[in-house]
Amino acid sequence: MNGPGFLQIASYLIALIALAKPLGSYMARVYQDESVGLNRWFAGVERLCYRLSGVDPEQDMRWQQYAWAALAFNLFGLLAVYLLQRFQDVLPLNPQALPAVPPDSAFNTAVSFASNTNWQGYGGESTMSYLTQMLGLSVQNFLSAASGMAVLVALIRGFTRRNAQGIGNFWVDMTRGALYILLPLSFVLALVLVGQGVVQTFNPYQTVNTLQAVSYSAPKLDADGTAMVDAEGKPASETLQTRQQTLALGPAASQIAIKQLGTNGGGFFSVNSAHPFENPTPLSNFLEMLAILLLPAAMCYSFGLMVGDTRQGWAILGAMTLVFVALIFVTVPAEQSGNPALTALGIDQSISAQQAGGNMEGKETRFGIVNSGLWAVATTAASNGSVNSMHDSYTPLGGLAPMWLMQLGEVIFGGVGSGLYGMIVFAIVAVFIAGLMIGRTPEYLGKKIEAYEMKMAAIVILIPPLMVLGGTALSLMLDAGKASIFNPGAHGFSEVLYAWSSAGNNNGSAFAGLSANVPFYNLWLGLAMLFSRYWLMVPVLAIAGSLAAKKTVPVGPGTLPTHTPLFAVLLIVTVLMVGALTFVPALALGPIVEQLQMLGHH
Amino acid sequence: MTSKPVSTSLMDQQILQQAIIGAFAKLTPRRQWQNPVMFVVYLGSILTSVLWLQAWNGGGEEPAGFSLAITLWLWFTVLFANFAEAVAEGRSKAQAAFLRSAKRDIAAKKLDEAKYGSNYSKVAGSSLRRGDVVLIEAGDFVPGDGDVIEGVASVDESAITGESAPVIRESGGDFSSVTGGTRVLSDWLVVRISTNPGESFLDRMIGMVESAKRQKTPNEIALTIFLVALTLVFLMAVVSLLPFSIYSVETAGSGRPISVTVLVALLVCLIPTTIGGLLSAIGVAGIGRMMQKNVIATSGRAVEAAGDVDVLLLDKTGTITLGNRQASGFFPVKGVKEAVLADAAQLASLADETPEGRSVVILAKQKYGLRERDIRSLGATFVHFSAQTRMSGVNLPGDQCKPGEPCRHIRKGAADSIRQHIETQGGKWPAELKTLVDDVARRGSTPLVVAEGAKALGVIELKDIVKGGIKERFIELRQMGIKTVMITGDNRLTAAAIAAEAGVDDFLAEATPEAKLNLIRQHQADGRLVAMTGDGTNDAPALAQADVAVAMNSGTQAAKEAGNMVDLDSNPTKLIEIVETGKQMLMTRGALTTFSIANDVAKYFAIIPAAFATTYPALNVLNVMGLATPASAILSAVIFNALIIIALIPLALKGIKYRPVGAEQLLHNNLLVYGVGGLIVPFIGIKAIDLFLVAMNWV
Repeated sequence: MNGPGFLQIASYLIALIALAKPLGSYMARVYQDESVGLNRWFAGVERLCYRLSGVDPEQDMRWQQYAWAALAFNLFGLLAVYLLQRFQDVLPLNPQALPAVPPDSAFNTAVSFASNTNWQGYGGESTMSYLTQMLGLSVQNFLSAASGMAVLVALIRGFTRRNAQGIGNFWVDMTRGALYILLPLSFVLALVLVGQGVVQTFNPYQTVNTLQAVSYSAPKLDADGTAMVDAEGKPASETLQTRQQTLALGPAASQIAIKQLGTNGGGFFSVNSAHPFENPTPLSNFLEMLAILLLPAAMCYSFGLMVGDTRQGWAILGAMTLVFVALIFVTVPAEQSGNPALTALGIDQSISAQQAGGNMEGKETRFGIVNSGLWAVATTAASNGSVNSMHDSYTPLGGLAPMWLMQLGEVIFGGVGSGLYGMIVFAIVAVFIAGLMIGRTPEYLGKKIEAYEMKMAAIVILIPPLMVLGGTALSLMLDAGKASIFNPGAHGFSEVLYAWSSAGNNNGSAFAGLSANVPFYNLWLGLAMLFSRYWLMVPVLAIAGSLAAKKTVPVGPGTLPTHTPLFAVLLIVTVLMVGALTFVPALALGPIVEQLQMLGHH
Repeated sequence: MTSKPVSTSLMDQQILQQAIIGAFAKLTPRRQWQNPVMFVVYLGSILTSVLWLQAWNGGGEEPAGFSLAITLWLWFTVLFANFAEAVAEGRSKAQAAFLRSAKRDIAAKKLDEAKYGSNYSKVAGSSLRRGDVVLIEAGDFVPGDGDVIEGVASVDESAITGESAPVIRESGGDFSSVTGGTRVLSDWLVVRISTNPGESFLDRMIGMVESAKRQKTPNEIALTIFLVALTLVFLMAVVSLLPFSIYSVETAGSGRPISVTVLVALLVCLIPTTIGGLLSAIGVAGIGRMMQKNVIATSGRAVEAAGDVDVLLLDKTGTITLGNRQASGFFPVKGVKEAVLADAAQLASLADETPEGRSVVILAKQKYGLRERDIRSLGATFVHFSAQTRMSGVNLPGDQCKPGEPCRHIRKGAADSIRQHIETQGGKWPAELKTLVDDVARRGSTPLVVAEGAKALGVIELKDIVKGGIKERFIELRQMGIKTVMITGDNRLTAAAIAAEAGVDDFLAEATPEAKLNLIRQHQADGRLVAMTGDGTNDAPALAQADVAVAMNSGTQAAKEAGNMVDLDSNPTKLIEIVETGKQMLMTRGALTTFSIANDVAKYFAIIPAAFATTYPALNVLNVMGLATPASAILSAVIFNALIIIALIPLALKGIKYRPVGAEQLLHNNLLVYGVGGLIVPFIGIKAIDLFLVAMNWV
């Protein structure tokens, strides 16, 4: 890494932290029903939404009601996306006349977008009609993000209320989040992205003539269209030449803005933000990257404001940032140092004025090593999953950091709402251990942490590792699972582990290389996404309900301070220990051994 | 004077022997099931035993010797945990046995009617039930806990408290309860038995130290949930390793899959066996430490809650101040010489046997050399304190009186009663007297006004003496984060002065039972945990409301029933030690949990390279400890894991020392010792065991 590299990382971090406070206080006002500037325009729309859907915005829901509302609403969204895909061939706005999506893929995609995972087994431009992208996927991007934020706000109310039955109203929280936070931000970002060259059109795909002929190899087909075999019985291929290229278009900018802001990550095009129409310039790259962590970071400040002590929010944001920065400095140097196997072949991988150097396989030259590595860490820290480079081509160590960030449970920033509520659950666990160590019944933000909260926290922390390890084991035991592994050796294992880590933690990013758009993975990964999203939401809301019903213990000199650097470190250690202790054996058999082998240890 | 009931050294021979037997006796599945973490080890041990038998027959996945070594050490792990629990129980039982010895079966004289002189029949003490009435005469043992309903007697309670001086027990008032096993020395008592067989304090306490019967405390339950969650995570991590390993062997084309024996060894090393094995010992030892301090807790919950106390309510008298006020000055009204006042005060107090009365006599002697006079030779008659007049005093024959007829009427008493006394005789209440009275009260002392006939002479100052060292204890409590509130029947003025002198944070003056109860409720509504001590029947409602309620053993049965702890020494400042013990119990659990989890890092470095070395030799880079062979690495980790339980038993029993240094500092210190220490220690320990195994040529 060189000076400009550090400068790029530093400017990103500074912009992120600087925006946390103003945006965080704005969001706190939105959720506390205080007046914000946008009230003038949107208050009427908000009231209209409630009236049309027959919602009583004054109703204060118990946690069970809140959970039912959230689950029912998400199930409805899931069904809508499923049906849109299944009937897209007969619905309008399908200029390419794309056929209906097969049921297993449609199920996987519907779950994926409803659960804020945005795992994509399909390729956008070759599978989804404009209508499906806009009405199905984009809409879910908003709603799944707003649902996650609503659950977080309910949990925060658990801390701030005392002797209360209710934790707020899901419909109100969800509507306000979408209307006052996600919509305006996405609108502004989409406009800027269009300015940078991101496409936004209903026109059909364009076929253009290329400047020079491109040759490519394709399977040799006979007259009936079946693949032919060569003399040795292997599939025969032929080399073809073309001077034409089809450019996929569509209403991309509007979807990309929310895809980044809502930690969704589902790209409009198959290669996601590596695509020049989705992420054309360094500026669009910076803004899209900033949008990944913007809301999760700002929500920490909102949390502090809402519990009445901004230091609590800063402590959590500090803990997240520290882990984030540490892992940037794992991935970026690992990528910059390149592959020793290539160096041995005499290939120059050093950084110079002419080239970025390092491991450029799978990376875009317009972004280079630093902005690819930074994106990879940010997108897996947050449960975003969008990519601007191919993680599968990273060095083992460079790819280990993104994989591990997901395995930590998506709590280093994490999804909008869900990342912070996950982190708060970890804070509850940290407080529990720390509280015992100072000789008091643990309390967090004035609420006593007792057996019930521990039980729910245990569920939240248990489910993702069970899903990831169990799913990976299942894939490796069944032929259907192993059939999709194309890469031999430890890397094949890493790819399966990565896929499950992504689905089991609602991230959605993928190591390519694993052929996941098959019924086996579509079904099982779909179920993993479903469980890890909703099975966690319910215990989190249960904690909210239980905390809200409790008395608030006043802070005294014997109270464990949870806003100090010491506590932030303890929180980090708790997250890392659970993450490390659970996944170290698996990682040892995947990226760790790959890295050691690459470095020549045998 | 108080002697501990029994002081057991940590490694008492007899206890150890008992504990070794106990460790084996606890191997039943039912006992193991109570501790989920150790139950997993138990199942693992059974599994490896079967695998060893298979290996022994020549069909095993591992060499029989290795399999046997792992199996044995897994069983040791289970036994060591059982042993820790048995030692803790043994120590507490030894203390309980001392108390139980007092509980020999005593013949009781059961009365037909609940009054002295009624016919009685002799029955066994163990057959008495609540509500039975018994007669206890001089020389008899008290057959069970109960309330005195008739009679006064001196009772030897040394069997319970270790205090040799006999105490007085009488019907009514705050000294009406008797404890089973104590002995009446003089006179007789009629006692109504208040507990059924098996429900007395002793019985409850003995039940508490037997962990099988012990109920888990709320915190222990929460911790167990956390430990079970960790165990499940590790179970998943270890179980999934088998398919991972099979696939890796397939794809790497070398080595052989990890064996089930090694997987079980890895699982046992990773799950928090250190805290899991010692958890119940910590709980039992906590109760035992209370007992060593002569406090009987009726539930583990109460001990644990003691660590959380935010507010401490303390009775002024006997706790903050010495029970007795002492005369400290004479303040005459204008025109009266101080010596005259002192003389009158002394005369009025000569027959007053209360400590206050005696102190007046002593002060007069010290200040004016007024000798104690013989009351009889003065021909004086004494007027004792009565509830109606609320004064006491003396009537003396004087110079100007007819012989044989008293004409000096000296009285002392509270200001308002003396005023009434003077005014009914047509005397005048001097205005300056009010100033004198207020001045004394403002200093936190009690004013007594002395009058002769219809003339007020002046004021005696009775000073409340704040106990030595109490201020320092309050400072200590403040550092612990505990607020102290003094409860007193005094007026606000007096209370404020004493509160300031003693250094309490707050006070409740003119306290009635209702006011106490309201104060506790108010604090609880604010989310605070309240502790209080009490002995009187009128304390009972407040004791029942308080979260931690320590009843004095000398107090009434009602108070003891309402509290959740009984202090055999009847020492109200004991609460501070109770709080410390509660905190120690939680801290020990937290510290050992941290230690247990931190240990896992080193164990991974030992086992992962060893387990996969045949598949991926590159992983040998992770063998940072340089352990000799895969077998020695795995065995060393398992042995360390077992031995650390034994090594930490003393810590579990004694508890971690609590220092009131503030929450942040305390966390910092403990994280450093048990967190960072827990990271480093196993690296050294595992390496040392590995070196030893190699040196002995065992691997």
